[in-house]
Amino acid sequence: MSDILIRGGRVLDPANGVDLARGSVRVRDGRIAAVGADLPANGARVIDAEGLLVCPGFVDLHSHLREPGFEYKETIASGTLAAARGGFTTVCAMPNTEPPLDSKAAVDFVLGRAAAEGVVRVLPIGCVTKGRAGKALAELAELAAAGCVGFSDDGSPVGDAAIMRRALEYAKIVDLPVIDHCEDPALAGGVMHEGWVSTRLGLRGIPAASEESAIARDLALAAQTGAHVHIAHISTAGGVALVRAARGAGLRVSAEVTPHHLALDHETVMGPSRGSGRGLAYDTGAKMYPPLRRAEDVEACVAGLANGTIDAVATDHAPHAVQEKLCEFDAAAFGMVGLETAFGLGLRAVATGALSLERLIEALTIGPVRALHLDRRLPGLGTLTVGAAADLVLLDPEREWTVDADALASKGKNTPLIGRTLRGRVVATLYGGELIHEERP
Amino acid sequence: MVRSRPAALPESAQAPNGAASLEAPQPDGGAAVWQRRHVLDLDDFRVDEIEIILETAKAMKEVLAREVARVPTLRGTTIVTLFYEASTRTRASFELAGKVLGADVINLTAAGSSIEKGESLIDTVRTLRAIGAHVLVLRHPMSGAPYLAAAEGDAQVVNAGDGWHAHPTQGLLDLYTLRAAIGPLAGKRIVIVGDVAHSRVARSDIWGLSRLGADVVVCGPPTLLPAELGSEHAAGLPPVAVETDLDRAVEDADAVMTLRLQQERMTAGLLPSLREYSRLYQVNEERMARARPGAPVLHPGPMNEGVEISAAVAHGARSLVEEQVTNGVAVRMAVLYLLRRDQ
Repeated sequence: MSDILIRGGRVLDPANGVDLARGSVRVRDGRIAAVGADLPANGARVIDAEGLLVCPGFVDLHSHLREPGFEYKETIASGTLAAARGGFTTVCAMPNTEPPLDSKAAVDFVLGRAAAEGVVRVLPIGCVTKGRAGKALAELAELAAAGCVGFSDDGSPVGDAAIMRRALEYAKIVDLPVIDHCEDPALAGGVMHEGWVSTRLGLRGIPAASEESAIARDLALAAQTGAHVHIAHISTAGGVALVRAARGAGLRVSAEVTPHHLALDHETVMGPSRGSGRGLAYDTGAKMYPPLRRAEDVEACVAGLANGTIDAVATDHAPHAVQEKLCEFDAAAFGMVGLETAFGLGLRAVATGALSLERLIEALTIGPVRALHLDRRLPGLGTLTVGAAADLVLLDPEREWTVDADALASKGKNTPLIGRTLRGRVVATLYGGELIHEERP
Repeated sequence: MVRSRPAALPESAQAPNGAASLEAPQPDGGAAVWQRRHVLDLDDFRVDEIEIILETAKAMKEVLAREVARVPTLRGTTIVTLFYEASTRTRASFELAGKVLGADVINLTAAGSSIEKGESLIDTVRTLRAIGAHVLVLRHPMSGAPYLAAAEGDAQVVNAGDGWHAHPTQGLLDLYTLRAAIGPLAGKRIVIVGDVAHSRVARSDIWGLSRLGADVVVCGPPTLLPAELGSEHAAGLPPVAVETDLDRAVEDADAVMTLRLQQERMTAGLLPSLREYSRLYQVNEERMARARPGAPVLHPGPMNEGVEISAAVAHGARSLVEEQVTNGVAVRMAVLYLLRRDQ
């Protein structure tokens, strides 16, 4: 394999504190060979990055690839292609498949499919409990040995506090985090954030306290057990404040936020232009767990990401078939696709002035790696360190594009962003030194 | 983007400074204009649109008073009433309204149709359009279902009640009935009592009354009041006063609107008992004595006499319950007529 030289772009590698206004990255044998101000071509294939950002490939801690069991929504092939288009070279696959990833056999299947058809790296997350039923612990040690990087019953919380406690204790054997979808089942049961929009639309609400009380419980259990709890898709100002206090107290806690919770609020459910006769009200594309919350919550999530309370931006990519969303709001499935719009939504948070571009890139690269200690298995992941896998992304933060359902690589077209304009486009993605996505204007 | 988007009121209801205004302006020239293809909600109705319906309803009442109440106005129009929930007065009222105007009316209920076989709402709507339905009158247990029907089919849709969200023709007939009883509603203190959280009637009443300038007071136990109603943070809701004490709420009221209490609110843990509810929130003569003399009482039906309303009030001189039912036919005739007039 001949060398590749990416040159002319701004090279940003937050893990190593590298920020070169006009830098070069040399790739050899699928690995980073050199990073410098002005490296010579020396016969390498040159990729021009003039005017672009050059960063480590993004790492997503939270994707629903749907395979096995729900291949009509997404497959490992289509989901990882969507990842490549969105700049992600590593995706953690959530285990709420059918069968769920609660056994070595199921994990082996996912890794086998990923090796055969995956466009980017897939790291499986195993179930906390058998069958995600919340009753009995899954064989966590075997799941870890099979390659799982954490445990989660995502899609559902671990509702029973005693089971959550035992899971945290037991996960210490393999020193992996339990990733919790924080929601108090007794307070949930709604279809959108409980607030004035739910009142106006006559929809059952999910109060912020549903998430906050579940986070508070998990933090108490983290203190009790000394284990690592990772808070999935945080969405409330109260939740961010709880995590911040827990980190201050020295607890082993990490947290992620989705791009949509950094940029969209509950008014999105009313559709793009409700009342003017244009657009669709009751936008099922904006129905998700946790729900889009108030503008104040969005601000708190952005601030939490900016100040380090939140470690990572994670997509919660949740593809669904058309008919699962083209129905009554109450009947619609929860979730939106997120891999291909993550960078653009993240830049919206940057545009408010409350988040730096550098911190956004950090939270898409080394932030998630450190949150789940992924570099124990994969040294150099999320960095441009010499010797690391040559996972790279070339970004145009200025380029505007309109989200078009037909142009999405994901099988899922479920997003409230269809027809909306985003600023910030992934121009090229390299995975292990191979150009897996390139799109020049 | 989060910050820049104003409250989702229609452009016509935006005040010049960009703040949401609930005093909808008259259109240019003051001439009433009706351009709607659907009636889904009252939240974006302008005052002139409400007025034209109420004026038209007045004419329709005259039609209803004739010896042979039948006109050929909507001859050739096919109206389908599609009800996914049980209903007596609303369905019968729409059917009669259509028939008086000379339309063909087909009544479908979920039970006994392909809906029982799992046909989706969209497919049902498309099927009905394909067989020639011009107007679809839809009752559905899920909020927002009429928006889906309107967006996906090309039939004209009238919302006959969706989930907890809206019941616009009930709201309009309440406005008509109230105005006939107490005159213009601007500045009038109108109290809505009961299970507002789960009431589509209450939501449509609140929007309609606010648009016409009434001072709306909402009263009920906090467990039956919807999130942020009456809060200053609720940018996209009409301004209402919230009161949990019914005696205080009805003080000097010009009219009181009661709501049906569903039995399942008890099992859901929202109320301790019917006994306590009726003690705190029943509209009875003793309480009505605090209201303005002769203040009327409305109820959308069906009533739980002895629970949210006493029998004496329900059947007494204050009660407008029967007028509501009669006016309902006229208002629905007006809506159907206006929707079809220029088609």
